[in-house]
Amino acid sequence: MVKMNQVCYRTLDMPEPWRLATYEAAGGYQVWRKILQEGTPRDQILEEMKKSSLRGRGGAGFPTGLKWSFLNPNTPGQKYLVCNSDEGEPGTCKDRDILRFNPHQVIEGMAIAGYVMGVTVAYNYIRGEFYEPIERFEAALKEARAAGLLGVNLQGSGVDFELHMHIGAGAYICGEETALLESLEGKKGYPRFKPPFPASYGLYGKPTTVNNTESFASVPVILSKGPDWFLEEGIPNNGGPKIFCVSGHVNKPGNYEIPLGTPFKDLLELAGGMRNGRPLKAVIPGGSSAPVLLADTMMNITMDYDALAKAGSMLGSGAVIVMDDTTCMVRVLARLAHFYSEESCGQCSPCREGSGWVARIVHRILHGEGKPGDLELLDNVAGNMMGRTICVLADALAMPVQSFIRCFRDEFEYFIQHGKSLVDGGKLR
Amino acid sequence: MKIEIEIDGKSFEVEPGKMIIEVADAAGIVIPRFCYHKKLSVAANCRMCLVDVEKSRKPLPACATPVTPGMVVRTRSKLALDAQKAVMEFLLINHPLDCPICDQGGQCELQDIALGYGSDNSRYDQGKRSVKDKNLGPLIETEMTRCIHCTRCVRFGREIAGISEMGSIGRGEDTEIGTYVEKSLTSELSANIIDLCPVGALTNKPFRYRARAWELTQHSGVSPHDCVGSNLHIHTRRNAVMRVVPKENEGINETWISDRDRFSCEGLSSPERVTSPQLKRHGQWETVDWQTALQTVVEALQDVTEHHSADRIGGIISPNATVEELFLFQKLLRGMGCHNIDHRITQTDFHYQQAMPTYPKLPVSIADIEQQELIVVIGGNTQHEQPLIHHRIRKAWDNGAKVIMINPVDFEFNFTPTQTLLVENRRLPEALTGVTRCLAESQQDTEIAKDLLQSVAVTPAHREVADALLSAKAPLILLGAGAQNHPQAGLMYALAERMAQLSNGNVGLLTAGANAAGAWLVGAVPHRGPTGLNVSKPALDVQRMWESELPAYVLFNVEPEHDCANSAKALKALSQAALVICLTSYKTPAMEQYADIILPIASFAETPGTFINVEGRWQSFQAAVIPKGESRPGWKVLRVLGNLLSLDGFNYVVNTEVTDELRSLATTNTPEQPAGPWRYPSHLPTVSEGVERFCYWPIYRSDSVVRHSQPLQKTPLSETPVVTMSPQLAQRLGLEAGTEVKVSQGGDAVVLQVCISHRMVGDTVGIAAGFLETAGLAESFGTVKIERI
Ligand SMILES: Cc1cc2nc3c(=O)[nH]c(=O)nc-3n(C[C@H](O)[C@H](O)[C@H](O)COP(=O)(O)O)c2cc1C
Ligand code: SF4
Ligand code: FES
Repeated sequence: MVKMNQVCYRTLDMPEPWRLATYEAAGGYQVWRKILQEGTPRDQILEEMKKSSLRGRGGAGFPTGLKWSFLNPNTPGQKYLVCNSDEGEPGTCKDRDILRFNPHQVIEGMAIAGYVMGVTVAYNYIRGEFYEPIERFEAALKEARAAGLLGVNLQGSGVDFELHMHIGAGAYICGEETALLESLEGKKGYPRFKPPFPASYGLYGKPTTVNNTESFASVPVILSKGPDWFLEEGIPNNGGPKIFCVSGHVNKPGNYEIPLGTPFKDLLELAGGMRNGRPLKAVIPGGSSAPVLLADTMMNITMDYDALAKAGSMLGSGAVIVMDDTTCMVRVLARLAHFYSEESCGQCSPCREGSGWVARIVHRILHGEGKPGDLELLDNVAGNMMGRTICVLADALAMPVQSFIRCFRDEFEYFIQHGKSLVDGGKLR
Repeated sequence: MKIEIEIDGKSFEVEPGKMIIEVADAAGIVIPRFCYHKKLSVAANCRMCLVDVEKSRKPLPACATPVTPGMVVRTRSKLALDAQKAVMEFLLINHPLDCPICDQGGQCELQDIALGYGSDNSRYDQGKRSVKDKNLGPLIETEMTRCIHCTRCVRFGREIAGISEMGSIGRGEDTEIGTYVEKSLTSELSANIIDLCPVGALTNKPFRYRARAWELTQHSGVSPHDCVGSNLHIHTRRNAVMRVVPKENEGINETWISDRDRFSCEGLSSPERVTSPQLKRHGQWETVDWQTALQTVVEALQDVTEHHSADRIGGIISPNATVEELFLFQKLLRGMGCHNIDHRITQTDFHYQQAMPTYPKLPVSIADIEQQELIVVIGGNTQHEQPLIHHRIRKAWDNGAKVIMINPVDFEFNFTPTQTLLVENRRLPEALTGVTRCLAESQQDTEIAKDLLQSVAVTPAHREVADALLSAKAPLILLGAGAQNHPQAGLMYALAERMAQLSNGNVGLLTAGANAAGAWLVGAVPHRGPTGLNVSKPALDVQRMWESELPAYVLFNVEPEHDCANSAKALKALSQAALVICLTSYKTPAMEQYADIILPIASFAETPGTFINVEGRWQSFQAAVIPKGESRPGWKVLRVLGNLLSLDGFNYVVNTEVTDELRSLATTNTPEQPAGPWRYPSHLPTVSEGVERFCYWPIYRSDSVVRHSQPLQKTPLSETPVVTMSPQLAQRLGLEAGTEVKVSQGGDAVVLQVCISHRMVGDTVGIAAGFLETAGLAESFGTVKIERI
């Protein structure tokens, strides 16, 4: 039996899990209170974080401890900490449930991070569509402030930590960390050219650390149960449990927080197996930006950063999109391409123009108007978008396009030749 | 410490921190680009400049990649070219390719680069995007379907114009560049975005469809509208000025010009141009040939000399005239024995004229303004008076300088000055005295002007200015139009000099017109001849000339009703004079009344000449077109008159001989004299009570060419004749915005509408000059009575 919900969702089965009292009953705020009482050495926490092998849960999988070490707590001047709760990657719905059911753990994780990096002002940038999570998080902030866990000179320790919430306005690109910072500054959400990275030039031009909601929520448990425990719950270099958001043709879609390195087979079983018992066709294993993998590969893979990278895809945000044999891949790609062309911020020529071009080619194939040569054109246009832009949104479209063509070339060719789907015979549903 | 890098096989020693594209540009290695512009921040969004950098998997944007030691760059390897060509293809798929009907055709960066990096046929065969055009006002035409989203225009607004008017709206393919809420641009530098736009999305509206780029001939020119001396390229076709664009000069205007410099040329073809000599006979205007006209002028002048005397002639010349014109004008009149010569037409106080330097010249170069630590502007709306000097002041501010404004109006600037000391116009001398007193006391140097200083109580605002002056190493104090035209101009200049002495600072005059420096140097003033030599018998300054109601006046490109301070006095003097000779490019309704002889002279771009700018730089230029109709270059008309009057030394063949004569005088005569010595009164002159007028020239009323440019007159910056007052004053007088009022001064009165502005202070009301509607007031800065009608 796979162990579930040990970290971010640890309060899930308790009544009113979002309340401060519930969180404290589950062992919450122990680390933060200890820091405030004893002034735990910063280096010690940083060491433990590094040892835990926690990798960023926002998509890129960058080691969190290492990222924190880029911000020197002793440099003078304002520094900022930002939590990325924009959660826009299609298929991903884990941060929403963390905010809904365990908001205090995000607060504690951020407070600890702030302490380690000497940051006293932090923001949580929450996706604007998240009505309930926003209310829960705001209520949690209120509780924490009232309990003296947020504010100035907390519990007489001399430590200050203020945390504010910011509500996004519905742009996928604002999940990209530098676009998020621009948006937080009140500007249009345009990703910034890097370098400089946020650690040297972040919010309002000040050193800033951005982490994902799940990354922050993992911190209190790592520190209370110890980095060794956390590492044990995953595999080397892939510390801890991770939330997988399983969607698609399964019987029990939902969020599953399970150890990294768990075989996909087991995850599929947890999710109730394939809907109607149909065979698995393919899986997008890490959010819509990740290259698609075929059933054979998936049934023999473990769910961790390294294994998925080796198979040519990525763990990304942990959104596992499961597709059975009734799925027309042309239709799936058309949907994805449409999404990215709508969400391109429009700064970079290759992304602005390329995403629309790609979307229109796939669209015409799907409408029975594909032309010979369209696949080469698609592949080439995607290639021209890749690696040539300010942020990686362009790559996030280019990668699925190239992987779909590689894995399902026959389906695309059939659609172009016959004007209808190889899989379901229809043009459009 | 320089570092070594390699681009396309060549090694370069470069400053660290430079971007690859800067090194390549300096070395003449061509990297295609659209969004990069050396005067704007790096956006790195077009991706056209991708180059191959060793050790990087991906091609990198040359505009945003700083050089590192040992870096090896290839701008034309397969990786680089593939990337560049791919970007070119992306940029073209939605571009309309309507080059045949596009004004940018032939001068288009997209067209040029597409030639090198584009493909012969398109792989894109689907519908193209079309974008609704935006109305940006009378100066800039839009065709937004052509936009490639480089954001140069957006960055220009934020970084150069200092006002964010353009922005990008929408996302992805739906991105549009515009003003969000449609409106005309208001920056006085707005049209520079026409030059910045690499495609035909933003083009010159008045020039639209008038000529193709390759039909134009390019001439160098210098702007005649302010003392900056912005360098221009004048584009002509078939002897007509088609448009004006900036000519880059890093020391003066960088890559910019003001909208006034660019669109004034639209006034050259105004129907109000006079294109043939005209005489008034029995109250009727008659067109005559040049010979008749000149003969009539000569006889009339001789008549005055015989019946009165030569010193009963008043000679008034525009500060926009060229050095050659100014020199010959004074030579002609002095040759006849008349020293009543003046170019200071906007000024009202002359008692300090002996203390003026040989010619006014800024203590620092224009470019060095941006390096200043503290700039104090006294009586200046620099943004409208000298837009490109103001741009340098803003850059200084942007670099961290303090900028203090001491003004009678809280002018709207494109940055927030560090401090604004606002006082009624008549209390400006008092404010300067207060500041000077603070300085003197803290330097324990109170002997000079002791009584004057003690007559004024120091306020915290005075102290704040003084503290700033004392804490700066070498402050720069600039006197704007408001200070120089002020009835106490001399006292204010003297106080500014004292402030500078006490704070190790320097004083500069931001002079009126394009060539005040030239006018001083040639001696277009009543008390000095060429190169500043005193004349034996000081004569009448311009105000005394009006007040003396002389029998004859010679006006050179001056419309007193628009151009002169105390305009009603001028009109009165002219209407009683027996003889008024106008050498002019335009005929105004008032001129038809007061003039007797009109000699049409060449306007801007039609005459060769020289301007000396505010930093003392001589800039000569050629005529770009021949003068309109029968008009002739002013210097030639003066030369012929000199000959006809049998005066010595008028046998010039080309205009440069005139300039050479002045140059040789300047080298042989006494060296340039600095300003001073200064005398200080023992107390401030008593100030009047009641409502006082503050007179200024709005940006697009500054001279006759500008006033005749219809596009400029239609911009939001163009003003109408009104009386502007503070809400408090309006309330006290029981007036609302729009109320028609009678504004009277002694026996004179004009009718104007009330405009209410929180930028006005106390009992000072703003009534602009440059309008016939306001010309009927005799005192530009006197008290006025305002009554509802
Ligand atoms: C187009 C795009 C969208 C992104 N959206 C999100 C998002 O919704 N949430 C998130 O946490 N990270 C998102 N990221 C990743 C962030 O840029 C950043 O890497 C992450 O927030 C860092 O946190 P972590 O180190 O804890 O993973 C996105 C990146 C890109 C390029
Ligand atoms: S890659 Fe796309 S989304 Fe990212 S900055 Fe460029 S245009 Fe915007
Ligand atoms: S010029 Fe470098 S990206 Fe546009």
